[in-house]
Amino acid sequence: MAKYLLLKHYRGAPTAPNDVPMDRWTPDEVSAHLGFMDDLADRLQASGELVDAQALAPEGTWVRYDGPGRPAVTDGPFAETKDLVAGWMAIDVDTHERALEVAAELSSAPGAGGEPIHEWLELRPFLTAPPTITE
Amino acid sequence: MGTDDHRVIADEALLRSLVPRVTGILVRRGADVAAAEDAVQDALVEATRTWPTDPPQDPMGWLVTVAWRRFLDATRSETSWRRREERVADEPAPVPPAGADDTLQLYFFCAHPSLTPSSAVALTLRAVGGLTTRQVAEAYLVPEATMAQRISRPKRTIAGARLDQPGDVARVLRVLYLVFNEGHSGDVDLAAEAIRLTRQLLAAVDPAHDAHPEVAGLLALMLLHHARRGARTTADGALVPLAEQDRGRWDTTLVAEGVAVLQEALARDRFGPMQAQAAIAALHADAPSVEETDWVQVVEWYDELLRLGDTPVVRLNRAVAVGEADGPRAGLAALADVDASVPRHAAVEAHLRERDGDLGAAARLYAEAARAASSTAERDHLVRQAARLNAR
Repeated sequence: MAKYLLLKHYRGAPTAPNDVPMDRWTPDEVSAHLGFMDDLADRLQASGELVDAQALAPEGTWVRYDGPGRPAVTDGPFAETKDLVAGWMAIDVDTHERALEVAAELSSAPGAGGEPIHEWLELRPFLTAPPTITE
Repeated sequence: MGTDDHRVIADEALLRSLVPRVTGILVRRGADVAAAEDAVQDALVEATRTWPTDPPQDPMGWLVTVAWRRFLDATRSETSWRRREERVADEPAPVPPAGADDTLQLYFFCAHPSLTPSSAVALTLRAVGGLTTRQVAEAYLVPEATMAQRISRPKRTIAGARLDQPGDVARVLRVLYLVFNEGHSGDVDLAAEAIRLTRQLLAAVDPAHDAHPEVAGLLALMLLHHARRGARTTADGALVPLAEQDRGRWDTTLVAEGVAVLQEALARDRFGPMQAQAAIAALHADAPSVEETDWVQVVEWYDELLRLGDTPVVRLNRAVAVGEADGPRAGLAALADVDASVPRHAAVEAHLRERDGDLGAAARLYAEAARAASSTAERDHLVRQAARLNAR
């Protein structure tokens, strides 16, 4: 009964064994990959473990406060920093072991040649409200 | 809030208190538990729709009638309707009074050993607590569709499980404890709900009260912690440590009830960890201030808890109590026996180091503890502690 975030990265994670850019896959391989992701989300919903799954566009904009009356938008050097989040899946599972199992399954999504991409995923526990009984 | 609102709320409380008994009656008339539970949920929805304008004379009878009709409708629509209907037709029509046994069996069913903790919790809240799937989903911050599966899957897992098996009270208590300890909630107060369900369970085991003093132990533990809830956090949700809590805001009525329930359980001389934890909570609730707390006795109860089951968490909490009873040095010595990987270890050491005057180490440990905190309120509290010492 703990929530975890599974983070997919465009960049920033170690290189996966089957690391072929998605635009070099065949259309069928792309469909198989997307179908796998949908199917996994469906199965996690059916097992009562899915919280949310979202993909993010690769183009992000870095924004920061730049003094009164001046909304600052900068592409600057930041957009080229090494980490870029591609999307997430949030799960609510009974054990940490189960979270690892789901992450491994997500990482096994098929890619080029129909082979698993073995993608590195980041697994992060949610911070929660504190339990009532602590003393 | 107008009179009508009070009326609706009173109805909802009444409705939910009837749920386990109505489900029990359907089961004894021949429905399996999963089907009965579905039918009762349908009847509840119907009741919330019609009762405000057309309240029944006999709420219990109304619910049984409507739920039974729903069960028959559902049964008829299945392929095996004929066989089922024949069986159903053999059942006696009048409403038998539902006994405490039926309610108890329903608790056992929802805490069945083949269910995962999250399934057991969800099923208990719905089948025993009478909450809707939406309410349970909101309380656990997951989508309703996900929660619907979390409730229907276990029902398939244990379909056909009979209600007359001997159940495991300890397992039920674990489920209720998990419900109580869930911090966040939607429009349902899970802590209050856990207390309600534990009260109901205590009433159900009453004939065999002597056999289950831990039910009373858990109820006492919940009441004593719940009594302090208002003082545990500030209006904006920040954690207030025990030492700084405004004890005037502790709910003395709940404390008195918790202590009474505990004393009755202890008098039965069938000791268990729930009662020991409740005893510790009672000593806190009883003290006008941290300094006036009977820390020596708190340590003794922790020793008792250790005898019942030696866990790192109990050792950690005992070290805190030793620190108060015999000073920070003694607390640190006790802490030396605790595995450093236990959650909150750094926070406890930070507190003891600060009291011992080693402020540099304390600041470093508070910051370390903040990084390892599993809850936002705890992290924020620990960051403030580190910041306070660093700003000297």
